This record gives sequence, structure tokens and C-alpha cells, in this order.
Amino acid sequence: MTDTRQTEGTVPLGPDQFTGPTPDNALRDADRDAKASMVAADGTPLKASLARSLRRQKLRALMLVAPLLIFVLVTFIAPIADMLFRSVQNEIVVDTLPRTVAALQDWDYESGEVPGPAVFDAMTRDMMVAVERKEHTRLGSRLNYELTGISSLLRQTGRDVEDIGEVQLDAMVGLDPAWEEPATWAGMLTTPDYREAAAEWAIRADEGGRLFDEPPPRMELAEAAQALPLTADAYTDFARTIGTESQDSALEEEPWPLVYMSLVQDLRQFPAAADAFEGDDGARLAALVEALPTIPEVDTRAAFLEIDEEWADPQVWGTIKAFSPPYTPGYFLSAADLTLTPDGVEAMPEDERIYRTLFLRTIFMSLAITFSCILLGYPVAWLLANLPARQANVLMILVLLPFWTSLLVRTSAWKVLLQQQGVINDILVWLGLVGDANRLVMINNVTGTIIAMTHILLPFMILPLYSVMKTIPPSYVRAAKSLGATDFTAFRRVYFPQSVPGIGAGSILVFILAIGYYITPEIVGGTKGVFISNRIAYHISTSLNWGLAAALGSILLVAVLILYWAYDRIIGIDNVKLGG
Amino acid sequence: MTTKKILTLSTALVGFAGMATAQMEATESPVAGMEMADEMTIVSWGGAYQESQLKAYVEPYLEMNPDVSVTWDESSAEAVAGLRAQTEANNLTWDLVDVTAADAMRLCDEGLAMEVDIDEVAAPAPDGTSATDDFTEDMLVSDCFIPQIAYSYTFGYRNDVAEWNGNTPSSICDVFDLEAFPGQRALERRPHNNMEWALLCDGVAMEDVYDTLETEEGQDRALAVLDRIKDQTVWWTAGADTPQLLADGEVVFGSTYNGRLFSAIVEQDQPIEMMWDTQSFDLDGWIIPAGLDEPTLNRVLDFLWFATDTQRLADQAAYISYGPARQSSAPLVGTHAELGVEMAPHMPTNPENAQGAFVQNYEWWADYRDELDAKFQAWLAQ
Repeated sequence: MTDTRQTEGTVPLGPDQFTGPTPDNALRDADRDAKASMVAADGTPLKASLARSLRRQKLRALMLVAPLLIFVLVTFIAPIADMLFRSVQNEIVVDTLPRTVAALQDWDYESGEVPGPAVFDAMTRDMMVAVERKEHTRLGSRLNYELTGISSLLRQTGRDVEDIGEVQLDAMVGLDPAWEEPATWAGMLTTPDYREAAAEWAIRADEGGRLFDEPPPRMELAEAAQALPLTADAYTDFARTIGTESQDSALEEEPWPLVYMSLVQDLRQFPAAADAFEGDDGARLAALVEALPTIPEVDTRAAFLEIDEEWADPQVWGTIKAFSPPYTPGYFLSAADLTLTPDGVEAMPEDERIYRTLFLRTIFMSLAITFSCILLGYPVAWLLANLPARQANVLMILVLLPFWTSLLVRTSAWKVLLQQQGVINDILVWLGLVGDANRLVMINNVTGTIIAMTHILLPFMILPLYSVMKTIPPSYVRAAKSLGATDFTAFRRVYFPQSVPGIGAGSILVFILAIGYYITPEIVGGTKGVFISNRIAYHISTSLNWGLAAALGSILLVAVLILYWAYDRIIGIDNVKLGG
Repeated sequence: MTTKKILTLSTALVGFAGMATAQMEATESPVAGMEMADEMTIVSWGGAYQESQLKAYVEPYLEMNPDVSVTWDESSAEAVAGLRAQTEANNLTWDLVDVTAADAMRLCDEGLAMEVDIDEVAAPAPDGTSATDDFTEDMLVSDCFIPQIAYSYTFGYRNDVAEWNGNTPSSICDVFDLEAFPGQRALERRPHNNMEWALLCDGVAMEDVYDTLETEEGQDRALAVLDRIKDQTVWWTAGADTPQLLADGEVVFGSTYNGRLFSAIVEQDQPIEMMWDTQSFDLDGWIIPAGLDEPTLNRVLDFLWFATDTQRLADQAAYISYGPARQSSAPLVGTHAELGVEMAPHMPTNPENAQGAFVQNYEWWADYRDELDAKFQAWLAQ
């Protein structure tokens, strides 16, 4: 036990001071002697030979740890990294509203005006596609984090947006019933190859029945469709969506109103486009161009304002624009009680700020718990280390017993003890120390959390302290006393400094465990004794704001790393000992 | 409109209660005879509620289909988060999930739950009424939702509080009146219901509650009412907390699900009474996760056809005091399976209880949840 102490005071030998060969030194030696071109027995240069054998050794070592390494990487680090990455992810806006995001580039929020018709046209197209893919409600929940009310706005608009193109659809079908036929559209816009493949697929699907799950063939646009850009674009979205969502082919489904609307728009802009088509298609399009004046115009802006007046609010558009980049600092700002508005970063309204307080409270309470663990654990550890083995063993079991009991049971036990009609209050009232009307409030607040968590984390303080104290030779204190030190001085100048590494280890363990604790504060913390982890859990499982949960988690992780780093700088991590 | 519907439902309930004798046979499901999986994972809430499902239709179903095995997962409280994670990981392990109406709407919105035609998944009533008409529009709040029961948030109070001088609370506003009814309260640690109740006691009419709550002043008004009892309130997170707190005498007044109070009062005989005034209605039912493979889906559909029929929903009411979602089940509701008490008076849908009931607006909460929650939590932490 004492021989480890003998080297104390002498300078520890680093790898470079060792005289014997170590793998690193050998490589360096070989390097130094390379000019002298030392060779191994087989004639290769010694350096190369050594490097090879070292590489082999390292590889073997790596293979030994590989199972654990892969296990940790795959099941622990990768999911956490993925989860934390969500704190900045924001592709949903640009994925759902690609045309709107592009159109909004030319709009300036500062102008204070509602965007022009081009933006509303783009929004109509995006919304029609998003509704068919059922993506608009999800986007609504995302943007609702930033501006309350967008969720219902998008849901309401989603219900009514289909009707916008309806008048033109009706007018076209009134003009020529063939427009209602899926085959008319497919014949006009797709290649013959695709139509053939889709027809064969339909036959197979009929034969396959319910178990048939082959995806329909991918739609290919005909050359002539280029003449009608909006229509081609809308039809492509239509064919792709029904292919993936409902496993249908474009040959059998009537296109969305969006496609009709696009065709009218295209022909108004390029009346000559009809010439690009031959036969019936060309004739039908020509007839449609002819009849264009009778087909009602669609004012998408007016239509949107009719669905909901909120669309006239530049704030809505500003929010969409502000959150259009694929990555956003929005969640981190929310985690710091700030918010990204079209006007820039602003503080949250005072009555909605919670996170800064929570972070500070988490750190303060974790420190308080760590401190009370030191206070309570130190004497116990000292007893454990100094009592005769028999008593020490009994004491050790008493320390470990709660450690083996379920966390929930221990926490619930505290509930029974601490509540106002609980055991402790009952005893105090019985003793006459407190009046029946003034029972102490010891639970559902900060006190409750600190008491219960101190108890739960105490073994994590006692065990490292004990293992360090066990290695402190009692002769040192005896020597100090024989040299005239009082009990207190002997403790302060001789014993205590030697037990500091144990305090360091215990404190780090307890503090890091405490800062991420969740179950105990949830049960005994009430409203003022909860930690930031309780909010993270709330956002993961109840509010489903995973981005914000990830941002809060990242901040917590960074805070712990910074504290660890600070600890290393101030006290030194080498001073931490979990045992002799 | 919903209140009206609940009244018709409950009239039927009282009119015919006790008349039911013979068990009605289940009809064959539309997927009968197709290839079906032999295993099924059902997600539910655990506790007495899951027990009622087990007794009323899972065990009978397993008796009819001895090859099938059912795995329970008690994760309904985290259903939305769980399904989202499973779908993103492309590893769907749940086959049928029991959720609240609000969660069903969220799952449907996100495309995580399968949209169903209620007439294709639920049997018509014995008299031939289609499932749509039997459940009625008020229950069918989402395209993915197959309703089972109507439950409510109600208050329970201790009937042995000396300071109350023999008075008993009868109105929701008594919750906020510390002078007449001193003592600790238990309220849920989230804004839902609490904000509405507070506004109702500040003179806001039932139909104006959500319009008022939309405004800053309205929210402040609600919080001001809650301020009156703030430091006399224990905030609960689990439905079992309130009955426990009431039984311990920690609180004298507390809100929770009516079924929990029923078991504390009737089954455990605690000195607790129920206050039905302004109970807040909510619905619970099934959703089918989107993306099940064909045989599993067939098994789930076969089970649902049986489990949501008129007789089975009525059977469930013999184990727990939640109102069956079908109108046609109401007359079949009888007595408690073990205690033999008449269940009708303990149902939230009973006309006497349903008087002045409040109906939550799920869509409104979907919009304002984040904002109000931040405000509420900040208020709690002050």
C-alpha cells in the first residue's frame, strides 16, 4: 500500500525520459538512426520493419476494442449526434414550399407590403401539392413555433385551396368533356413508352389484387410538353405524388385542379403553344385558346385573402421568408429566450421567458446537491475507512442498500416522508414543534428536490471518498499529532489535503449526474424544483418540438463540457481519484 | 352542438339502462378469410383502463382466435413521439394505438396514422344504423380516429373537511374560492382546462372562452384567477396523483380523469365525493399506424371490427366509468362487473352529470399550445 507513495516528490518519468524501449521511443530511435540505415534481420530497413510490426500491434488492439467501439458508435454516439443535429435542421420549409421560397426572394419584408401576385401564385401551387402529399399541416406545426396561428392558417387554407382552380376545371370540362379523361392528359403530356408501360402495369395490378405492391412506372414527359412549362411542372408533381402516395398511375387518375389552372395560365401566356401538339391534342388546345376569353381568370391573391385574412399580414410572409434557409438558429434562440422574427432577433415577451431561469436553476441546484453530498458523505466515508472491518462492513451495506433499491421507490418514499400529512410533519406536530395548521412545506419545491436527490446521489460521493481515504495511512495524522498539531490542525493540514482527490471525483460524479436528472425532480420538484431536463422531456414526448429539445440538450452538453474543462484548469483532472 | 349530442346520447342511456340482457353476437369483419398475422402489438394506457379493454374485448377476441397473441405496450402517453420516432427509424413495432382525440389529430396531420373510412372499419349498429351515424360527427373528430369512449376531467373533493362547516362545493368557481373552501388544491401542470375553467369563473360565457383566451388580456385574466389559488395548489402530471393526494389528505380538492375518481370513491371507498359541474369532455379511441404490412393490417382490422362494435363498447363500461362512444351502446350499459353498482350514474355522459359540461376545442389547442404553455410554465415558475 505504501510503495505507491515512495515515488512521490521525485519527478515522474514521461515517455521521453524512460531509458528502456517503449513503442514510441523505439520508433523515434529508429527515425534518428535512419541515416545510418539500420536494417532488420530480413534486410528491410529497421524503421520500416518496426513501423510495420507496430501497425500490426495497433491494428490488433483496435480489433480487440472494435466490438465495443462499434457498439458505442452505432447505438449511442450516432443517435445522439443525429438528435442534436435537429437543433439546426429546417429543410421542411423549403422542401414543402419550394416555389414560394424562390418567389419570396424578390419581396422585401421591410416594405411592409403584402407580397405580389407572383408569390401568391407560387403559394397556391405549393399548397395544392403539399395538401395532396399531406405535408402542409406538418409545416404549419413547424412555423407555429415561431408565429402563433400559422398552424391553423395552413390547415384552413389546405382545406379550401383546392377550390381555387375549380372554376377553370369546370369551364374546361364544359367546353370539351374530354378534359375530364385522364387519358386526354396522359396522351398529350407523356411519352408513348410511358403510356405503354403504365397500361401493362395496370393489367398486372388487376391480376395481383390486394397483395400487389409493385410501384407504378415513373412518368416521362413528352417533348411537346416543354411548350407548356407550368402545366408540365404541375403534371409531374401530380404523377409523382399519386405514384408514391396512392400507388396509382397517371393513366387512370383525373389530374388535380392545379393542372387545369396551369394549362389556362400557360395558354394565356403562350397562345402559340398549341401548335406544338399534333392531331386531337393540338385541335383541343387550339379550341381552348379560342375559348380563353370565356374562361374566368383566377386571382390567387384574392382567393387566399378570402380563405383567411391573415394572408394579408406581412408578418406571416416574413416568418416564412425568415425560416426558408435549410438551417436555422431559431431553436437555439428559443432556448435562450430569444426569437427570430422578420425584424431580426428579439427577446421573448417577458411572461414567456423560462429557459435562462431554468438553466441557472439547474446549475445552482446541482451545486447545492453536490455540496450537501460532500457535507453528509465526508464523515460517513471517514467512518467507513477508519472503523474496524466488522463495523465498516455493516456500514458499507447500509450505504449500498439504497443504491440497490429502485430509484422510483426511493423517490416515492421521500414523498411519503416529506408531504404535509407525511411522517416527518406528523412527528413534528406530535412533538409540538410545529402547529397542526403550520405544517412545513418540504415537497413540491426546491427543498424537496435537494433533499431527495442528495439522498439518491450520496453513494456516488461516499464511494470515491471512501476508496481514497482508505489509502491515507493513519500514521501521517499520528505523526502530525506527535509533532504537536491539534486534532483540527492535523485534519486540516494533513488528512484533508490527501482526501481532496476523492472529493473531486465524487463532486464531478454527483454534479454531472445531478445536472441531467429527470425522474426525481419530476416527482418531488413541484413547479419550482424542476430541472431543464424536465423541459427537454416535455418537448420530446408532449409538445413534440424536437428541434427545441435538441437545442436545449446541446446547450446542456456544452455547459457540462465547459464546467469539466474549467474544473480541469482550476483543480486538475489528474487530482481526481476513484481509488488508491 | 356537442353538448346537445351528449344529451341525446345520455337520454338513451338512462331510458334503456338495465334492459339489456342477451349478449349480442359479433358480426363477421370485412377482412374475414384473408391472410392475417398471428401477432399484434396494442398500445394502451395501462392501469384500470387497459384492464377494461382486456376484459371487454381483447380476451373474448383471443378466445375466438386462439392462434393470435397480443403484446401490450403501455406507452399511450408518448404515442405521438413514439410513432414519429418509429416511422423515422423505419421500424414500426406498434400495430394499434389507443390515443386521445387531440393526439389522433396530430398523428393524422403528420401522416403517421392511417386515414380510415369509419364505415369500413367499424360494424354498423345492431339495428342497421351505419357506424358514422352511430358514433355521430361529434365523436369522429379526425379522419384517422376510431372512437371508443368519452371521458372527462372532473373535480373530486374530500367530504370530511372541518373548515368547510358542512358546506360542499357545487360549482367550478368554488375551486377558486379559498374563503368558502380553504385547503390545498390539485390541478394539472399544463394550461389545458385550467385556463378555461378560470375564465368561466371570471364571467366569460362558455362559447366565448376560446376567443377570449386568444387575446393577451384574456390569458392574463385567466392567470389572474389562477393566481388566487396558486400557492395553495399542487400541480399534478399523472392521473393517479390526485386520487392519492385526496386520499392522503394532502389536498381537499383536485381535478383528474373521472374514471380515476370513480375507483377512489366506489372501489376503494375513500372519503371523496365527485363534483360534476363544468366537467371537461375529452375522447379516447384507436388509430392504426400508417405503413402496416397487409397481413398485420388485416388482423388489426379484424380485431377493430369486433372491439368497437355496440356490445363490446357497452361491455367495457362494466369495468370503468367512461361513456361508450356509440349511441347504440348506451342502452346496453349495465352494472359494474365486480361491485354490481349501476354504472349509468357514474358516466360523464349521464344527463345529470353532463349538465353544464364543457367541450375542449382541440384545433384551438393545436394552434395555441406552444404559446400558452410557455406562458403557463413561466407563470408557474414565478
